[in-house]
Amino acid sequence: MSQNNKNIDELSNVETTGHEWDGIKELNNPSPRWWLWVFFLTCIWAIGYWVVYPAWPTLSGQGERGGTKGRQEWTQYKELRQQQEAILTIKAQYLAKFQNSSFKEIMNDESLYKFAIAGGRSIFKENCATCHGTGGSGSHGYPNLNDDDWIWGGSFEDIYSTIKYGVRSNHLDTKTLAMPEFSDILSKDQVSDIAEYVVNLTKGKNLPKKGIVLYKENCAYCHGDKGTGTREIGAPNLVDSIWLYGDGSKDQIISQIKHPKHGVMPYWKERLSEDAIRQLTIFVHSLGGGK
Amino acid sequence: MQNHNKIKLFEKQKRIYSKRAWGRYRKIKWVIMIVTLGIYYLAPWIRWDRGPNVPDQAILIDILHSRAYFFLIEIWPQEIYYIAALLIFAAVTLFLITSLFGRVWCGFFCPQTVWTDLFIWVERIFQGDRNARMKLDKSPFSFNKFWRKFATHITWLLISLATSGAWVFYFNDAPTLMENILNFDISFGVASWIVSLTLSTYLMAGYAREQVCTYMCPYARFQSAMFDKDSLIISYDKQRGEPRGKYKSGDSWDGRGHCVNCTACVQVCPMGIDIRDGLQMECIACGMCIDACNGIMRKLSLPEGLVRYDTIRNQQYRKQGKQESVRVLRSRTIYYSLILLVIGSLMLYNLLTRSLLELHVIHDRNPLFVKLSDNSIRNGYEIKILNKSHYDKNYSLTVSGIDNAMIRIQGAGNIESNNLPVYANSTGSYRVFVTAVDMISNRNQIKFLLKENDGSLSDEYISVFISEDN
Repeated sequence: MSQNNKNIDELSNVETTGHEWDGIKELNNPSPRWWLWVFFLTCIWAIGYWVVYPAWPTLSGQGERGGTKGRQEWTQYKELRQQQEAILTIKAQYLAKFQNSSFKEIMNDESLYKFAIAGGRSIFKENCATCHGTGGSGSHGYPNLNDDDWIWGGSFEDIYSTIKYGVRSNHLDTKTLAMPEFSDILSKDQVSDIAEYVVNLTKGKNLPKKGIVLYKENCAYCHGDKGTGTREIGAPNLVDSIWLYGDGSKDQIISQIKHPKHGVMPYWKERLSEDAIRQLTIFVHSLGGGK
Repeated sequence: MQNHNKIKLFEKQKRIYSKRAWGRYRKIKWVIMIVTLGIYYLAPWIRWDRGPNVPDQAILIDILHSRAYFFLIEIWPQEIYYIAALLIFAAVTLFLITSLFGRVWCGFFCPQTVWTDLFIWVERIFQGDRNARMKLDKSPFSFNKFWRKFATHITWLLISLATSGAWVFYFNDAPTLMENILNFDISFGVASWIVSLTLSTYLMAGYAREQVCTYMCPYARFQSAMFDKDSLIISYDKQRGEPRGKYKSGDSWDGRGHCVNCTACVQVCPMGIDIRDGLQMECIACGMCIDACNGIMRKLSLPEGLVRYDTIRNQQYRKQGKQESVRVLRSRTIYYSLILLVIGSLMLYNLLTRSLLELHVIHDRNPLFVKLSDNSIRNGYEIKILNKSHYDKNYSLTVSGIDNAMIRIQGAGNIESNNLPVYANSTGSYRVFVTAVDMISNRNQIKFLLKENDGSLSDEYISVFISEDN
């Protein structure tokens, strides 16, 4: 009796829902009931999730980003802090050893070296890259730290003190020496003769006689008889092929003799920790030109 | 009346009490169950001596050190394509088997089938065969019912636990992990795998059973794409069987079919279907109905094979009175075999020519080059040496393509380019500076050559040497 009341499709022998559109009938193949249970379970799971984790936005905006806090009071900020703390714990293991090791000892210990480089690289990108470039290759007026030419010296100790106290910065222990202006001291011709001399010195050509005396009297005290410079006082090497200002042409040398340009580097003593400065020293030294 | 008109959109699972079958296919199924379960549970315990510095487990996926070991084969993360190829190979093999023999994977090899079969066997031990189980389920609560059910579920859970336990052994050193498990000293990861796989095995093999094949498995749904007229399917011989009816001994077989409507084929079916209704999506081709029907046919002294593995083509041929034929070479079996051949030979070639040494060179992007005081040009490189051997090794690095090039290694300690140490089974990373004294042109090809110091292996890498901005 009851069977007769069901709408059965003749072709497939399957019960229909009784719905019909333009002669097309909808068959009813029931879904398994557990499927429904699984759906309800996911709903219950979602409610549990709302209770535990931040979920709904609220007008009062309690959590760090507004919205309900959740029982666990979990936030991404907290997770980040936890991860940072974990990193600091790992860092601390190296730091104690790092602090008690000299530059030489660090350079002979692979793990300490890697630790210094990793720290130095990120500190460099944050603080030094603005002037020296992300690759440390500098630009006009900003020294390239990759090459082997150092104005204030390329040993660990030199690099360390340059970073710590800066160059012509306002720290008491900074490197202050600067080239005097020769426009008032020498005549135009004399400047030109010296420039000619320096150009030939660089290129290793025959030295013009006119310039020799003038160079010895005015320049050799700082730049040396042979023009190789003096690192202790920041007098650049004039015979190599690296120029901080320009490309070593006569015009540029003349302008530098008359009105020398001087770069300034800030001191980092109070801005960076001692450990950071030492990591940075090793990183800069490792760029390829360290002595 | 009203009530009956109401449409049921959801259907309760009908409990299937499959009866014990006995015969040729049941025997095959037992053997396959023992072999496949044996492989699954025991394989992680096989030791394989690879020498020092590497694990000695034959099959191991070492996630912590990102290595996979399979007997002779070792895979580094970047060689994941071996696994991709292996999966493609397995899938196409499955397609080939399916186009030839139908759903034998489903009926005999699929883990869902094997574990369900094992669980039904446990059920039978404690609760008896089909009729006893049905009676027990209908009976009111009693001590007899309680202990039988209890024993069944405890055994299921123990099997599930062993199953999940075996799984984690594939990812850890089995003896060490076993010791840790026995001491309850395991990581959260291992513990959650064990708990979730225990529960899923218990749920899938104990309760979901045929529901997995019918409603969850995608393979069951798209297998029809691999079928053709010559694929083996389980079929009921309608011509011979119909019209069916009850049979009393001594009756004549004239004018009636050989099917005596004993429903033996329905009672043994783990999917709960009637094979006499024709090929159905639910059928997993396990052959239990064949065994059941053959048993009845023998009792009635009739020929076996009223229900049997058959092809649609042969069914048609018989109807038309033509000679039956088995056709193995068909376009799809040829395609599948060709794909298998290509993938198989590519994999084999790759495995046989796999080098134990690899060199990779990355040219510095910033700065591209550095001009030094003496006007020479220096380029920086990061090199990676992949030492896939099981021994610590030393390598020599040379370059060619740049005249009078000098190599310097930047790093801790005094490392020379003719003595670069790399630990066994690991990657060594070095910073290399190459300085060219005399320059030729802006972009030069530079070839890095790496040689083993006490061995014959070598590898090379072609990179660039840059000398000016442009």
